[in-house]
Amino acid sequence: MTSSPLPAIDTDALVDVCKRIRRHIVEMTHAAQSGHPGGSLSATEIFAALYFGGVVRHDPSNPQWVQRDRVILSKGHATPVVYATLAEAGYFSTELIPSFRSLGTELQGHVVRNKPAGVEMSGGALGMGLSFAVGVALGHNLDDLPEDEGHVFVVVGDGELNEGQNWEAIMSASHFGLHRITAIVDRNHFQNDGPGDEIMRIDPVGDKWAAFGWSVQHVDGHDVEAVRDALLTARACTDAPQVVICETVKGRGVSFMAENPAGWHGKGPSDEQLAQALREIDGGLT
Amino acid sequence: MSSNGWAAIPEPPPAATREAYGPALVKLAEAGHDIVALDADLSASTGGNKLAASFPERWFTVGAAEQNMISIAAGLASTGKTVYAASFAVFMPGHCFDQIRVQIAQQRMNVKLIASHGGISVGEDGASAQAIEDLALMTSLPGMNVVVPSDAVEADWAIRRAAEDDEPWYIRLGRPKLPIIHLGVDEPRFELGRAEVIYLEDHVTLIACGLMVEPTMRAAESLAQEGIGARVLNMATIKPLDEAEVIRAAEETGAIVCAEEHNVIGGLGAAVARTLALHCPVPMEQVGINDTFGQSGPWQALLNEYGLTSESVVEAAKRAIARK
Ligand SMILES: Cc1ncc(C[n+]2csc(CCOP(=O)(O)OP(=O)(O)O)c2C)c(N)n1
Repeated sequence: MTSSPLPAIDTDALVDVCKRIRRHIVEMTHAAQSGHPGGSLSATEIFAALYFGGVVRHDPSNPQWVQRDRVILSKGHATPVVYATLAEAGYFSTELIPSFRSLGTELQGHVVRNKPAGVEMSGGALGMGLSFAVGVALGHNLDDLPEDEGHVFVVVGDGELNEGQNWEAIMSASHFGLHRITAIVDRNHFQNDGPGDEIMRIDPVGDKWAAFGWSVQHVDGHDVEAVRDALLTARACTDAPQVVICETVKGRGVSFMAENPAGWHGKGPSDEQLAQALREIDGGLT
Repeated sequence: MSSNGWAAIPEPPPAATREAYGPALVKLAEAGHDIVALDADLSASTGGNKLAASFPERWFTVGAAEQNMISIAAGLASTGKTVYAASFAVFMPGHCFDQIRVQIAQQRMNVKLIASHGGISVGEDGASAQAIEDLALMTSLPGMNVVVPSDAVEADWAIRRAAEDDEPWYIRLGRPKLPIIHLGVDEPRFELGRAEVIYLEDHVTLIACGLMVEPTMRAAESLAQEGIGARVLNMATIKPLDEAEVIRAAEETGAIVCAEEHNVIGGLGAAVARTLALHCPVPMEQVGINDTFGQSGPWQALLNEYGLTSESVVEAAKRAIARK
């Protein structure tokens, strides 16, 4: 069975997709009065570029397509950006979105595999996604998938990189000679308790990945075109595992969140805050 | 009904058991205890940041790195400190069980593990965040004291009592605000390894821990209206279990119900069942999470969904009595 990536859209259309994703993020966390807007807004361009920039080969009408690329959310609390993107990509109806985090919904607080279809891995405990991705990439090698199929993208948080398991996974990917794997670091400089530099320093983070045998790109994580290009380069590379370190702002697109990222790690906006957030999002990134 | 010094208390202000942790740490430090507290990027939620504010030199955060935290705790304890380490119950023990097993339990280190956000009452965060198996893991470790306080007052007693010895402890705290059932009780009623007798009746015994104690008290009150006298034990210590009190309850009431916010496998009910089977078999029923993972939802809705209610305790009591 063959299937192709969704057609890539142009930059203006990508910027529009980002706005729609951001709207869903704030609406969803407002409806739930909980959830994680900050680390979802910072990853918006990443997800838009993956799914709408012609990077990921996938088929929303056939989510189990064997040769599909996999997108794995390792920082499993950033469900709002995942659900927003999957709904926009046609995996499920946007009408489901307000049920986020309510009793009985498919849209659980942290990612749950195949809930809804398109979610590849259960998460919520930080640090496990890279290892899972290594396993998937090993499996695809065993299955002799053609070089340009079954690429594994895994989105990790910068705070998440505190967890030692990441570094075990990073070591193993290059040890196993995997190149069908691209890690994407949402480098938003904040974790749960505050600024990463105060809580647990990870710099020089690019040098660390490089020392572990990965090929490293740094990119402005809110320049959706630049993110897309970096991801396309990474996907095409066949000599090393790839990491794209996306320089981002936690809460980007909503001023009061971006100015106080620690306050908006895991909390939903009020009615008034929602109205302001939607106005700002429609105005675009400034 | 005969109440063991219990007065009906008019609507106390609710508080989460986790809220006891930060203030208890500060009290311990102020009293001159040589404590050190560690957090793993959840210090606002555990309350460990309160110690950071007043005794910054006694507090370290390791970032999101629970395995590192536990082994650092063991190393600190080896230098004679009383160490508190805090995270959520899913991540500690979940993320660092081997470190706890080898470095805390086997080395018998003076480390008090403070696990907040226990059980499904975490709510909207969903299954990955809801510890339903932590008591099973921790009670399986030789020498580990395992405590689940029923309210913020008892949590304060237990957290400070832990500093009085040099043993490893696991104290499970919760996220939601609960009624204070020990309001106005000045003398600490928490004793490690001893049940607290709340009602002393004879038709059936209801044994509960954590957030199930208050609904279990209400269950006893509604059973009383039907003429059924229910003994109620607050079994805050799961390990070492107060076997003598369990055996006495079995002998004197002949039917037991256990109620807990944990898998029915491996928690309070399992510990009580073992004691009964070995020493005094009587009919027993369980109220708990029926070997399934949780999901997202408001915490009260989840308690209803999984049958963790006073009505479930009433029904279980009747089933147990019918089997006598
Ligand atoms: C093993 C584990 N420990 C702790 C947590 C609690 N937690 C949830 S998010 C978070 C901070 C993550 O920071 P980062 O990866 O930078 O995410 P972002 O800021 O992008 O949301 C923490 C500590 C967790 N989910 N898993």
